[in-house]
Amino acid sequence: MHFALSGAALELRGGLRDLLAGACPPSTVRAAWPGGDDGAVQSLWRALGDFGLPAVLVPETDGGLGLDDVVTVAALEEAGRAGVPGPLVETSAVAAPLLAAAGALPKGVLDGAVRIAVQRREVVPYAQRADAFLQLDESGARLLARADADVTAVDTVDGARAAGRVAGVGAPVDVDPSQVRKAIHRGALGTAAFLVGLSHRMLAMTVEYVKSRTQFGVPVGSFQAVQHPLADALVGVEFASPAVLRAAQSMVDDEPDTALHVALAKTLASDAAERTARTCIQAHGAMGYTVEYDLHLFAKRAWALAADWGSASEHRADVARTLLEAR
Amino acid sequence: MDLKETPAERAFREEARGWLAENVPRDPLPSGDTREGFTLHLEWERRLYDARWAVVSWPEPYGGRGASVWEWLAFEEEYYRAGAPQRVTQNGIFLLAPTLFAFGTQEQQDRLLPRMAAAEDLWCQGWSEPGAGSDLAALTSRAERDERAGGWRLTGQKTWTTRGAFCTHLFGLFRSDPESVRHRGLTYFLVPLDADGVTVRGFARLDGDEGFAEVYLDDVFVPDDAVLGGVGEGWKVAMATTGSERGLTLRSPGRYTAAADRLLELARAHTERMTGELRDRVVQAWMDAEAYRLFTLQQVTNTAAGTARTGESSLNKLFWSELDVRLHETALELLGPDAELDGPWSRGFLFSLAGPIYAGTNEVQRGIVAERVLGLPRGGRG
Repeated sequence: MHFALSGAALELRGGLRDLLAGACPPSTVRAAWPGGDDGAVQSLWRALGDFGLPAVLVPETDGGLGLDDVVTVAALEEAGRAGVPGPLVETSAVAAPLLAAAGALPKGVLDGAVRIAVQRREVVPYAQRADAFLQLDESGARLLARADADVTAVDTVDGARAAGRVAGVGAPVDVDPSQVRKAIHRGALGTAAFLVGLSHRMLAMTVEYVKSRTQFGVPVGSFQAVQHPLADALVGVEFASPAVLRAAQSMVDDEPDTALHVALAKTLASDAAERTARTCIQAHGAMGYTVEYDLHLFAKRAWALAADWGSASEHRADVARTLLEAR
Repeated sequence: MDLKETPAERAFREEARGWLAENVPRDPLPSGDTREGFTLHLEWERRLYDARWAVVSWPEPYGGRGASVWEWLAFEEEYYRAGAPQRVTQNGIFLLAPTLFAFGTQEQQDRLLPRMAAAEDLWCQGWSEPGAGSDLAALTSRAERDERAGGWRLTGQKTWTTRGAFCTHLFGLFRSDPESVRHRGLTYFLVPLDADGVTVRGFARLDGDEGFAEVYLDDVFVPDDAVLGGVGEGWKVAMATTGSERGLTLRSPGRYTAAADRLLELARAHTERMTGELRDRVVQAWMDAEAYRLFTLQQVTNTAAGTARTGESSLNKLFWSELDVRLHETALELLGPDAELDGPWSRGFLFSLAGPIYAGTNEVQRGIVAERVLGLPRGGRG
């Protein structure tokens, strides 16, 4: 029994953290909002391509890194900490390995030049700036090129989500249902990992803020009324994180209970991130209620992702069916 | 990551499961926090000891099996799954023993551990005082040096001492330097409760059982070998014990995963009362128990690698104690009007309410998490 990332995974995560510290400052997250400079986002994605993030789950024979889901969630948690804009979970964890398995991986995906959004209903997150759409449901997958898609922009609370209504039918992707299920699990699990990273970022920002913000002659972070909700938020995140790692290992081991483990991870991560966002905004006082300060970039993403790829209540309902009915 | 049991771990688990299936009393014992129940629990403890299941992680010469922490976790899981009796020896074997292994002399270990394992010496904790609860460092019970007799004279009052009225020994903190304040000048003593000058008065907890005691010490003599970890080192030694009390050692995940499985059974048996909201609470309790298990697996790995963080046991304590309350509240909701009847769920509920209080209240734990884990500035509570 060994419940921790391998040395190689830790090294990769550390490398990505260093990269993102320089390549993904909050100004790059803002650049993904409507009216922002997509060139900055494209440069970030190229850097992530050079690093190998879109290639992480693609076999080496297809030009990828051939790594596993555990390494992937470690990397996506790091991406979450930086609030990387664009369909990163969708491209790296969902589309790239699925399309590679079908021998249909478009050029440019592994380089970070092509961003693939995933369509599971009419409204598609990141559609405004996506280069292709993977249309995914339980019955199968299709790939729709940007040129063949009819995209109508939809405003989103998190501007970096830049969603759109997407019409058009893509070309069938030759994969079997088990691969499609796996891709959907990876979407939920990768998003859970991203949420853990976002939560850590919000907490770190808040800790710094309440240490320096002084009222009544002392830092507000010395007040129990500020400390205790932050402690509770951290507890939520700390207990979601091992569930994400375990679900990733279940994917690797192809465990029969993988769906249950993914649902557990996404439920805990969604709830923890929502609670953290709420707590961190409150701890910032009025500073948390402005778009000039960066906290909202991460809080809004957390809200969007908590509901994406199955909300906590949807996953809980799935788990209830497994635990209370089927057994 | 490797989440598979080794063949040896598997074999260990199966041996434990087999023995428990044969030996766990068919009918639950009366509460170990009553005199009658305590005696019956001691018989059970001796049965465990005779089969070498009492202290599996200890070295063999002390009555254990030298089991790894993974094997110990498996044993705990099987123990709770089998519905085996509460461990009335827990404050000795789970709280004092790890501290003895870390700070005790060879002589103390050889003298105390085998008798503790065999449930011949029964240990209770003497920390809280009428004026020192969350603020443990405010304690005033004192130890005065008796140079002529080669030992110490203890005077003061301890309270909330779990099963103090039934135990034979007490481990406690005393102020050995009268000039000292707060955390300095404290010493950790090991005190036989049959010593002259000790008076113990049992009293009832919220559930009505005589599980608490007040311990009065009036000029009680203990020899030098009753000091654990050095004179004046009491705070440091006590903090090691609290780590065990808040964390994994006292509250292993098997306890909660077994309770969560029983909650699922209860939910399946009470579909007539099931609502969407209640169903979510049942599922969340099961998920939280599983999350606690996963957290502890990670923690054990990190501890072995030396990468565990300070203050981490406070995260455990906040999580398991709140989980336990929610889990039992959910069970009572499923029972509807039967929730008021005396039974395992109503008793479990009352006991769960102690969780956020003992081992340092959750308010104190949140402060520790805020200051030592998150790094927030120290608050204004002394």
